[in-house]
Amino acid sequence: MKLNHKSSVLLVVLAVVLLFLPFIADALLGRGWVRILDFALLYIMLALGLNIVVGYAGLLDLGYIAFFAVGAYCYALLGSPQFGLHWPFWIVLPLGALLACVFGVLLGAPTLRLRGDYLAIVTLGFGEIVRIFLNNLNAPINITNGPQGINMIDPIRLGTFSLSSEQSLFGLSFPAVHLHYYLFLACTLLVIFISMRLQDSRIGRAWAAIREDEVAATAMGINTRNIKLLAFAMGATFGGAAGGLFAGLQGFVSPESFGLTESIMVLCMVVLGGMGNIKGVVLGGVLLVLLPEALRHGAGPMQQAWFGKTYIDPESLRMLLFGLALIAVMLLRPAGLWPSRQRQRELTEEHEDYDSTR
Amino acid sequence: MDILLQQIINGLVQGSVYALVALGYTMVYGILGLINFAHGEVVMVGAMVALSITQVLAGYALPPMVVLLISLLVASMVCMALGYGIERIAYRPLRNAPRLAPLITAIGVSIVLQNLAMIIWGRAYHAFPPLLPDSPHIIAGAIINEVQIAIILVAVVMMTGLLLLIHRTRLGRAMRAVAENPAIAALMGVNINAVISITFMLGSALAAVAGIMVAANYGIVHYYMGSILGLKAFTAAVLGGIGNLRGAMLGGVLLGLIESLGAGYIGDLSGGFFGSNYQDVFAFFVLIAVLVLRPSGLLGERVAERA
Amino acid sequence: MSYKNLSLPLLILALAACDKSEAPTAPANSGTVANELIVKIGASSPLTGPQAHIGKDNENGTRMAIEDANAKGITIGSKKVHFELLSEDDQADGKTATIVAQKLVDAKVNGIIGHLNSGTSIPASRIYNDNGIPQISPSATAIKFTAQGFKTAFRVMTNDAQQGKVLGEFAAKNLSAKKIAVVDDRSSYGQGIADEFVKSAQASGAQIVAREYTNDKAVDFTAVLTSIKGKRPDLVFFGGMDPQGAPMVKQLKALGLSAKFMMGDGGYTPKLIENAGAAAEGVYASLPGVPLDKMPGGKDFSQRYEAQFKQPIQLYAPFCYDAVNVMIAAMQRADSAEPAKYLPALAETSYDGVTGKIAFDEKGDLKGGAVTMYQIQQGKWQPLQTIGGSTPAAAH
Repeated sequence: MKLNHKSSVLLVVLAVVLLFLPFIADALLGRGWVRILDFALLYIMLALGLNIVVGYAGLLDLGYIAFFAVGAYCYALLGSPQFGLHWPFWIVLPLGALLACVFGVLLGAPTLRLRGDYLAIVTLGFGEIVRIFLNNLNAPINITNGPQGINMIDPIRLGTFSLSSEQSLFGLSFPAVHLHYYLFLACTLLVIFISMRLQDSRIGRAWAAIREDEVAATAMGINTRNIKLLAFAMGATFGGAAGGLFAGLQGFVSPESFGLTESIMVLCMVVLGGMGNIKGVVLGGVLLVLLPEALRHGAGPMQQAWFGKTYIDPESLRMLLFGLALIAVMLLRPAGLWPSRQRQRELTEEHEDYDSTR
Repeated sequence: MDILLQQIINGLVQGSVYALVALGYTMVYGILGLINFAHGEVVMVGAMVALSITQVLAGYALPPMVVLLISLLVASMVCMALGYGIERIAYRPLRNAPRLAPLITAIGVSIVLQNLAMIIWGRAYHAFPPLLPDSPHIIAGAIINEVQIAIILVAVVMMTGLLLLIHRTRLGRAMRAVAENPAIAALMGVNINAVISITFMLGSALAAVAGIMVAANYGIVHYYMGSILGLKAFTAAVLGGIGNLRGAMLGGVLLGLIESLGAGYIGDLSGGFFGSNYQDVFAFFVLIAVLVLRPSGLLGERVAERA
Repeated sequence: MSYKNLSLPLLILALAACDKSEAPTAPANSGTVANELIVKIGASSPLTGPQAHIGKDNENGTRMAIEDANAKGITIGSKKVHFELLSEDDQADGKTATIVAQKLVDAKVNGIIGHLNSGTSIPASRIYNDNGIPQISPSATAIKFTAQGFKTAFRVMTNDAQQGKVLGEFAAKNLSAKKIAVVDDRSSYGQGIADEFVKSAQASGAQIVAREYTNDKAVDFTAVLTSIKGKRPDLVFFGGMDPQGAPMVKQLKALGLSAKFMMGDGGYTPKLIENAGAAAEGVYASLPGVPLDKMPGGKDFSQRYEAQFKQPIQLYAPFCYDAVNVMIAAMQRADSAEPAKYLPALAETSYDGVTGKIAFDEKGDLKGGAVTMYQIQQGKWQPLQTIGGSTPAAAH
């Protein structure tokens, strides 16, 4: 990737915008939107993690949120009054990622022979199993507090510098949501960097090979077992790290937050944005977090403005429009909003087989 | 002993409910190789339409069987139209798209249907009138009522009917041809689009029947009822080998039995450590175990992998 | 591929349009007479998803109280007050709840009525506390909600321990159940109340013969009920909500169990009777507070509710109504709608609401908290006995 002059200017502009985004959002739209940005960054990390499994290696995973849950609960258990442990976040966070990685391998191992939809249902089952265990491990021995969840989780803290209280730096005051934004942004950039490096590495090419044709990949001497396990492990690691950050931001975790719909949501981000393309996945994550929130703000007032009356309950309309948007985007851009070049090429070639005039 | 028998009956009934829904999944999958994730919502719409019809007819003092038939007819027609529309709008344009694109539109359709249903029928749970007689029969100390017997029968009849349709009729042959290879089927003069539309409409009519049976059995309908039912039925279809009609029936019944026996006995088996709270875990473990040993389900033959 | 470059900008444009159209909501309403004080009351409950019907009921109750207050014409700080309701959907999800909480805080609400569930009230309470905004939950029952040391968190509902205690004692003593089977739906509410019920029933001498579980989306309970049948209990307690309660009691009767069936406040709804049909007869449930028609203004409230919303009260609407009134009363006593100023007054509340007498203890829990036991008799909820609480005049 060589940068020409134009794209480096664009990069600088982007960096400046990202740097000041929380302040811009706070001033124009309100602090609620900074929190939404925090969640957008978390979901981008999740989507990028899932992208490794689904986009790079082509393994359909419907239980990805389980790794998010593992990371979140690891943080919550080791940094809350639950066991009276208050380990610092720089130990707990990597530990959560590592634990999620182990879970990734545990899930991957029995599913290596499965393909396509069979893999989808097994991963879905795995996600539900993790959630059900978290929901029920309050008896006979109380570990997770069951459905009550774990509360009073320690904020992310470095020494005396706590991210959950307002801090003043350089004459500017940074509220908690702003501070989390910068930490999450740094983590997201790291995840993006790793994703980019992986994509262009030998491993990345091996993933692409098994995605396109597993038999041919095996024939080329690729150890499909290890390569698949690596995809699950890498994806899970990102998910686990994001989970730890989530627990630190929320201060409360309960099993409800890790249901199947969340897994599906993350998958939607990956597919909608453009599988296998980092920029696309980031876009998908941003859109799917912002869209329902924008509709929350927009659905009621828009009816007021257009018809002078609220006909349909804005809340029903919000999810309805969200569903319609999912359909519309996929119809207009089946490969995602911002597909990888390679995938786009494949698609257009396929079309040419049927209709060369297009 | 009567407790064990009762649990088996519970499992059979629950399993037949899953099978009813799973048949629709598996039929569409068998022909198109596509998981119609919106199928559960079509089941819900079927039940909801039937509810509205019974409410409309409530003033005419018709015998319950007549009301049932009318609501069945109307619900099937609405669902068929819906199925046709879903296929035309959400799946047909994506036939050559990447494999996951139709999955996302299916999720989109589910969300839309759910929220439309919420707008039309409201947020509340509705009582579904008892259209089928529910007088109990006692067999060796275990109880089964007539709705439950009807559910088991309808599931078996539907599976048999579908098998006959697919293996004994011209339309069935066309369906199998499309499943085998759409391009060649088209060359042989099969109207692919028509066959696929009919498949969807048939699957949706099945969904309507399933929806009404489920509503009649539990006596309660809600705009959210489709999603969890769809998920269980999908699991059942995969367990049996998705794309295989007998597999859907087998998978449904097995899943039902696993759940009820699991919920009933897991506590005693694990010395009280696990309880009925792990019912779904138990079901998923069995599923995973089966798939590890037989990667394409109990009766599945085709390896499900498409580009 | 001609639309390739079009669709993305279009989408973003549409989004931006959404954001813009949001802008008028706040200023449009505040552009009123100078001598009028706008007080914004935030409310949040699930308005979509499986619990939407109960969430909407909460919103209705809150709305009624606010409309009543506006009709009454209240003055605070010698200004006429116009109360405004900002109602948000938290989807019963903790993550969405924090977004909603932050949004309401941004909108500069003067107080919060919500959330419905414990799983949303708890994470949101931290944000309200950080911003010093008083929060009264009409229906969160988890003990933890008020045990976080937050000065801003209150509830006008008894907690799991208070209600579970009454339920357990009533089952073991008044109904003299010796063998009890307990089912819960593994939700935060269901598990919480079931655990407290078990403690209390055991302390009163009953034996728990079965502890079974389901989930809050299930409709088939035959498997757990069958294994309960084998244990021959006198009473089955279900910790959960009416959507599960109704089919459960139907299946209980269909399986030939003769045990009594009891639920907490999650069962005390007209829907339970409607959806369980004949099987509902004899079901017990509790509801915090005193029976509505025994309270001054209670009957009037339920009649007006039905007239306005074309449906009977589902569950917590009266508690929402009281919560708003408690909050407004505190503002009047402090003569200020500013959160920091009326918060101390709120803590010292002593108010006669439609659900009973409301006063808070040092944690923000309902002091004394009366609980009434009800039974379905001839297709109607009939109060049996009010236990605890400090309004002897209303109990019999």
